[in-house]
Amino acid sequence: MGAIDVLSWIALFGGAFFSILGAVGLLRMPDFWTRCHAAGVTDTLGAGLILLGLFFQAETALVAIKLAMILGFLLIAGPTAGHALYRAAHAHGVPFGPETEVLAANPATASPGSLEGEHGSD
Amino acid sequence: MGRTLFSSLMLALTWLAWSGHFDARMLGFGGASVLVVLAITHRMERLSGMDHDPHVGPGILLYVPWLLWQIVKANVGMARILLAPRLLLSPQLLRVPTSQRSDTGRALYANSITLTPGTISLDLNNSSILVHALTLETAQALQDGEMDRRARRCEGRN
Repeated sequence: MGAIDVLSWIALFGGAFFSILGAVGLLRMPDFWTRCHAAGVTDTLGAGLILLGLFFQAETALVAIKLAMILGFLLIAGPTAGHALYRAAHAHGVPFGPETEVLAANPATASPGSLEGEHGSD
Repeated sequence: MGRTLFSSLMLALTWLAWSGHFDARMLGFGGASVLVVLAITHRMERLSGMDHDPHVGPGILLYVPWLLWQIVKANVGMARILLAPRLLLSPQLLRVPTSQRSDTGRALYANSITLTPGTISLDLNNSSILVHALTLETAQALQDGEMDRRARRCEGRN
């Protein structure tokens, strides 16, 4: 087993680890908003390391290009789909956990109530 | 018109890179795909009034490796939180100001926030992004504004 194979295995196991970690997070988190964060782990390092591991196994440049582009698409499509979900959830008033703190970055965000009032501001 | 020609060329090259087959049937599918994508793009631009300037300059080449490193670090932080016997969360809702001048720049920043585990963007307007952060630390890291500044440096001329 060459050095490339070793790197490939490490990346594949790492990817599997972070994918499972994302699932664990999805189950352990207390509410909708915190669960969203766990999904990001699978989306980024989970998928990223698995693709990196496969990248090491690519026998032709064409396969390598495809894998690199899949990673590129994932990194753009993942957060875009995520944002659509979060924005819809926020617009429909999915409640934040009771311990959620609202940091006042500007006066309009002094309370969660005023944040709710910002829907459709754009 | 030049724009359409350039797009067709790029789409055709992309298709060739993905397919690697050069027989008439596959090239036919490729040509048809290029036409369909061009038609959809034109329709989208007409509907949304989008301008054609991509607004992203060469700075993106420095930004992507930096962002990937931030993502790796954030994932390690998430692993620490998720594998702890007790979940230590301190969820935050905050509005972070954006300094980008273009929609593309703001989209890049908002996407970067979501891409980094621990912070997600819920909503954005012309001057700020509404962010949910899993912990106080991730919220504070964002309020530092480094990602904002770096995303801004990716913007090209305008």
